[in-house]
Amino acid sequence: MPKNKPKVKEHRIERDWCKGCGICVHFCPKNVLDLDNEKKVMAARPEDCICCRLCQFRCPDLAIEVVCED
Amino acid sequence: MSVRDYLRERFFPHMWCPGCGHGTVLNALLRAVEKLGLDKSEIVMVSGIGCSARISGYVDFHTMHTIHGRALAFATGIKMSRPELSVLVPMGDGDALAIGGNHFLHAARRNIDLTAIIMNNRIYGMTGGQFSPLTGYGCFGTTAPYGSVDHSFDLVELSTSAGASFVARSTTYHVIELAGIIEKAIAHRGFSVVEVMSQCPTNFGRRNQAGSAVEMLETYRKQTVPLDSEAAQTSPEKIRRGVFVEKKRPEYTEAYEEMIRSATGES
Repeated sequence: MPKNKPKVKEHRIERDWCKGCGICVHFCPKNVLDLDNEKKVMAARPEDCICCRLCQFRCPDLAIEVVCED
Repeated sequence: MSVRDYLRERFFPHMWCPGCGHGTVLNALLRAVEKLGLDKSEIVMVSGIGCSARISGYVDFHTMHTIHGRALAFATGIKMSRPELSVLVPMGDGDALAIGGNHFLHAARRNIDLTAIIMNNRIYGMTGGQFSPLTGYGCFGTTAPYGSVDHSFDLVELSTSAGASFVARSTTYHVIELAGIIEKAIAHRGFSVVEVMSQCPTNFGRRNQAGSAVEMLETYRKQTVPLDSEAAQTSPEKIRRGVFVEKKRPEYTEAYEEMIRSATGES
């Protein structure tokens, strides 16, 4: 039986902490994230998220947390 | 515990520039501490001066923000009096190897159980981009407007020959590897050195046409190879990452206790 793919519940974003460096946007393997017009990160295509959490781990501002279903 | 429980959130957003690698080091460090299940009160973080040193303000451990280059000297005192605590010493490349070069060598020689995390951004960022001992030949800084004529230390070789019993290198691109290495370094009994290549887009990147933070991370991805990989054999010009040294050597505070016991006739 293949393991169920982890599903994302929410991308929890601290807008005040995000400095808009774009590291998470560039390195997301599924192109889930974008910067909005205030240069803050937003989950533009959350349905594509595979819960790898690389955005959360690379964020220098600790501004994004990927909450997944168990 | 979640990673956020180890933060002093009241000081956020932090003072580092957009895209600065030091925040990613903080991120990985907190994950390593969480994985080890350490309690906040079991950890002391001691830092010196510089952008890197500001990390001690953001973590909710016991923290000391001390003087330039001398974080290891303060940390040695703490470890000698309270050897049961985990003592973490984040430093910048200039803090550790120029101003504090002598303390660094002797802490490694003694093999005292401290975890030195050297956030190597190859520049003095806070004071405006002066070249450091790791800037590298030909690279630019405000004090090297025509390129530096100084060659860099190889931090891994330096720490190894000085006697550190755990020596590793990673980057702020390789974040899963980085957290794993920091975890091993904290758990290691003896002097551990972790060099983290950490981008400074503001003061190193701009003067050296290294591009944005994203481009600097791409460079780390392309220009480094795992130590035991085939690529490390076929591309010797690339920078190697991984754990270079992990060995058992008598630890300083234990040896000191032993000396006290033998001198006072207790066995």
